[in-house]
Amino acid sequence: MTLDLMKEKGIPLEKQGFSWRDLVGRPYSKLDVDAFTRVRVILMNGIESEQLRFLHAMARMNSHLQEPLAIVRRMEQHQQTLVNWLNPADQSPLETTLGYEQVAIEVTAEIAQKEPDPYLAQVHRFGLLEDFDHLYRYAALYDRLEGGDANNITQCYTDIRPGRPTQVEHRHPLDDLRRPYDRSKAHPLSKLHAYTLVAGEHQTHDYYMHVGPFFSDPVARQLYAEIASIEEQHVTQYESLIPTDESWLEKWLLHEACEVYNYWSCYGSETHPRIKQIWERLLQQELGHLKYVRELLQDREKRDAAEILPAQLPDPIDYVSHRKFVRETLEREVDLRAAGRDIVPKAQDPQRSRAYREQLNRSGSPSDIVAAGYVWRPGTELAPRALEISGRERSLQ
Amino acid sequence: MKSAVDIGTNRTGIATSPIDGPLVISGAEQGGASSSGDESAQAAVRAAYVKESGPIGTMPPPASIKGAATTIAQALKGDKASVFIDKLGERLAFERAGVRLYALAIGKAEAGPGWEGSPSVSDFTSIQRDELEHFGLLLGCAKELGADPTVMSPSADVAANLSKGVRDVLADPRTDLRQSLEALLVAELADNAGWELLISLARELGQEQMATRFERALEEEEDHLARVKGWLQRGVTEAAVLKKTEKERRPGAH
Repeated sequence: MTLDLMKEKGIPLEKQGFSWRDLVGRPYSKLDVDAFTRVRVILMNGIESEQLRFLHAMARMNSHLQEPLAIVRRMEQHQQTLVNWLNPADQSPLETTLGYEQVAIEVTAEIAQKEPDPYLAQVHRFGLLEDFDHLYRYAALYDRLEGGDANNITQCYTDIRPGRPTQVEHRHPLDDLRRPYDRSKAHPLSKLHAYTLVAGEHQTHDYYMHVGPFFSDPVARQLYAEIASIEEQHVTQYESLIPTDESWLEKWLLHEACEVYNYWSCYGSETHPRIKQIWERLLQQELGHLKYVRELLQDREKRDAAEILPAQLPDPIDYVSHRKFVRETLEREVDLRAAGRDIVPKAQDPQRSRAYREQLNRSGSPSDIVAAGYVWRPGTELAPRALEISGRERSLQ
Repeated sequence: MKSAVDIGTNRTGIATSPIDGPLVISGAEQGGASSSGDESAQAAVRAAYVKESGPIGTMPPPASIKGAATTIAQALKGDKASVFIDKLGERLAFERAGVRLYALAIGKAEAGPGWEGSPSVSDFTSIQRDELEHFGLLLGCAKELGADPTVMSPSADVAANLSKGVRDVLADPRTDLRQSLEALLVAELADNAGWELLISLARELGQEQMATRFERALEEEEDHLARVKGWLQRGVTEAAVLKKTEKERRPGAH
């Protein structure tokens, strides 16, 4: 199945609406759900969150568009509620965090492999190895603070092992900016990828900033502070891939297309019947938004959406394990660093980033402390020790 | 450094605001309720969700064919097996988390200040070792039954949610040793009751050998509970007595 972005009408905006019961439905089961359903829920909450953020910024800069923006934005906010409220209450903030990092790994790995532009693909792989390390650090915290096994959440799809060490991910702000794609020449997929990743990373940053202070443990508070800082760097990175010479309306159109693309991908891969229906409903609503913005573009800028969007969507995002690709990338690129807008070998790590890092880590690195000597084991790192000690006791009895 | 029972600047009570307090009361009275009705409106919403919600989660299918073929698994086959394995999984996760809870308690014992007869680092270390051993015992039992010991069973999930507050209190650098013992008391009470339930369930299902091993664990847990209770009682009593003595020393103080 594919969608014709120039013809699909979706549900007209005036016919879209929810009740509180629609918005606050039944959450998925943390125990029974496939990890990729959780991944999709977390990502789509991020996509909606970005939509709301962008449309607010746009309203502040475009008084003549405030009315249509207010109308669409309200629907986006309600859609985000519906999606985010699918997360269950028994899934702790730390467990949800493990889900966020799985999103960042598996979705970025998928995007990095499908990205047609070699420079952009390199940037995506660069970010991937950093988020990969975050999963390992949070897994160590989950094990050592809560006595939990991170694989209960990630379900063997994703390796739990060190990536590019978080403590070396801290960079001078000028080493986090990247070169934008060319708006007139870039493949549509490159645009959708950049819009998807900036949404996911921004939400991840906001989530860590929100839940970090809920922890009483100082190690957890430090770790969230440290990784939230990296997520801010990632937002800076992915945001800078999007050129500033796209007009506001062009950006709005691309945001809507990004939502359509992602809901369509979710719909195609979802295995949870009730949640699949939700993706379908939201896809139809987003097609309605896309049509509305297509007409606005025509009306206000006298531009045809066809000059910006492809007629048909590219292949959907596959929600599958990318273990092999991640391992190969780790093997080849873990030592890369960033210098200005380029990804470079470790030896070219700029002095300004080294100085910045030394300053931040001068009283120790939380991510290093939390995972000192940590190797993930099935059933937590305590399991082998527990079996050994209880075996010894039994043999003495 | 002040302790939690010293007089400070707690502002939460209405008596802190002698001028604004009466105003906020009269304001609420003037405003009245936004609509008629009572708490039953909330109960009705909750009831509707309870009716349509499924379980928090379910048990996985048997982990291994080899396991399913063992004598024990044969004796436990059917729904009864999943009930037992669910509760076994709960105890297993609880004991494992207990190792981490006592690591936090050790930090509090190290930090002090203690009191006469307060728990030492080695007291907590020895309990922590018991928790680790119990975790190992349950890992072994799960394997004997052919169950996957890495599963988070529904009861394990519920128990983890129940004990979130225990961990939060222990991990908070601002809570003292007495407050940490309050947290441990909640954990040990639940743990004792949990073992009792598991033992009776094992007996019910004819797992006499396993029940005997669990009884040894329960004896140790009973000892933990008694010690935690004793430490806490002495700690609170001593704090009260010290306060009284301080007051007698400073007649003008209040």
